[in-house]
Amino acid sequence: MQSIYLGLALFLLLNLGAGMWRVLRGPTAPDRMLAAQLFGTTAVAVLLLLAQATASAALRDVALVFALLAAVTAVAFVRRAWPGQEAGGRRQEAGHDAE
Amino acid sequence: MEAVNLMLWTFDTLLGLGLLWVAWRTLACADLFKGIVLFVAFGLLMALAWVRLDAPDIALAEAAIGAGVTGALLMAALARLRASETDEGSAGQLGSEGSDAEPSQWLPVVILLVVAAGLGHALLSLPPEAVGLGAEIAAHLDISGVSNPVTAVLLNFRGYDTLLEMVVLFVALLGVWSLGREIEQGASAPGPVLDTLARILAPVLILVAAYLLWVGAHAPGGAFQAGSVLGAAGLLLLLAGWRPRADLTARPLRLALVAGPGTFVAVAVVTLLTGAWLLEFPPKHAGTLILILEATATLSIGVTLAALFLGGRPRHDQELR
Amino acid sequence: MMPSDCISAALLIAGGIFFLAGTFGLLRFPDVYTRLHALTKADNVGLGLMVAGLALQAESWAVVGKLLLIWLLVLLAGASVAHLVAGQALRTGTRPWKR
Repeated sequence: MQSIYLGLALFLLLNLGAGMWRVLRGPTAPDRMLAAQLFGTTAVAVLLLLAQATASAALRDVALVFALLAAVTAVAFVRRAWPGQEAGGRRQEAGHDAE
Repeated sequence: MEAVNLMLWTFDTLLGLGLLWVAWRTLACADLFKGIVLFVAFGLLMALAWVRLDAPDIALAEAAIGAGVTGALLMAALARLRASETDEGSAGQLGSEGSDAEPSQWLPVVILLVVAAGLGHALLSLPPEAVGLGAEIAAHLDISGVSNPVTAVLLNFRGYDTLLEMVVLFVALLGVWSLGREIEQGASAPGPVLDTLARILAPVLILVAAYLLWVGAHAPGGAFQAGSVLGAAGLLLLLAGWRPRADLTARPLRLALVAGPGTFVAVAVVTLLTGAWLLEFPPKHAGTLILILEATATLSIGVTLAALFLGGRPRHDQELR
Repeated sequence: MMPSDCISAALLIAGGIFFLAGTFGLLRFPDVYTRLHALTKADNVGLGLMVAGLALQAESWAVVGKLLLIWLLVLLAGASVAHLVAGQALRTGTRPWKR
């Protein structure tokens, strides 16, 4: 089982590296943020696998913190750093979707 | 188990190379937002690296602060930068794709190379079997009041450093507050999804912070990790449009901010007055003292991080009479 | 290997395949919305299968509980962030890809 855990962890790390291409290419900001989200979930999976492989339960806590904090970063992006949103503009009203 | 060792070695090598590559790309890209996302990815990989280096405490802190809170802070800063640049027509792009290196640009490179050579020499002249202080700490763990060696070092044996770190964080907030009032963000009201997400996640974050605080005594965790998760809870609420009531932003906020460093300083003064060395805890009460210090530190760190996100003094801040 | 080991290994590898699919979709799909779709598959099914595989190997029910909690939080965060990103993309005028 050890080799399966570590083999999968390695495979997921390679996945993470492949996802970097999306961060570099874009083309829009949400694309980059999506890639970061995928990195977060992949890291959670890697940490859970390593926790089982090296029998350290603390890594599960790290995975928990990762899962939570990735959400906060994504929300910060949507609410603050979305390109085209200037501070002080009240163009978008919640509930009125675009046509 | 040759296959296992080979896979671990490959994992570590890929991780190390990936860290270097992401660091280079973070610094070398012209688009600020791309840089921020790459920085968050770097924090993520860094947390994995700490895990592989057998340092789950630091991995926890890196996950909470480096990948999470710092990412949100940088994005808020980018939004503010964009708003102030809109009149000038640029959109978060740093110019200078120029590849003509002037003579003065080579001086930093030379200095960096010299420093790198010095560091390499220092690293290579270390004894191959580094002993470190692990044995010493393990020998004195029973008088420290906790059973997690990292917490024992942070809060007891080197409590002085932690005291100064808390003050540094506090001073950083004072610096931000001296810049002016909170920036009016003008974002739209949160939709039902964001509202519900904040309502569900914020209590979960607070619970996880309390859990990390409690577990820090005997397993990886502790005040800084718990404080940054608590700060993330504050960030989430602020992003969902919540603002503290006006009467909470004067004295209660200031009390919460000062609780951590203040308690630490008070304990330090008391230990000096009772004739012991600075911050020398009596072994009988060390566990309780550490818990009190960590609890107030967690509160302060969380509130400080959330207050940093506002970017200035709170909107309804009344002058204290 | 014990039968639970075999089942765990199968679940873990299946989860890894979904992660690969998520990364592949992130890299190959034509616009933000479809990439979101691929991303959440990795979140839900990929991590879910991995958590199921790891739960079979867990040493106590508390660990199973923690694994489930992590998965549920990733589900919640992933779904909400996908909604927020897609909504904001629509409002700021990103057009869905048409053939």
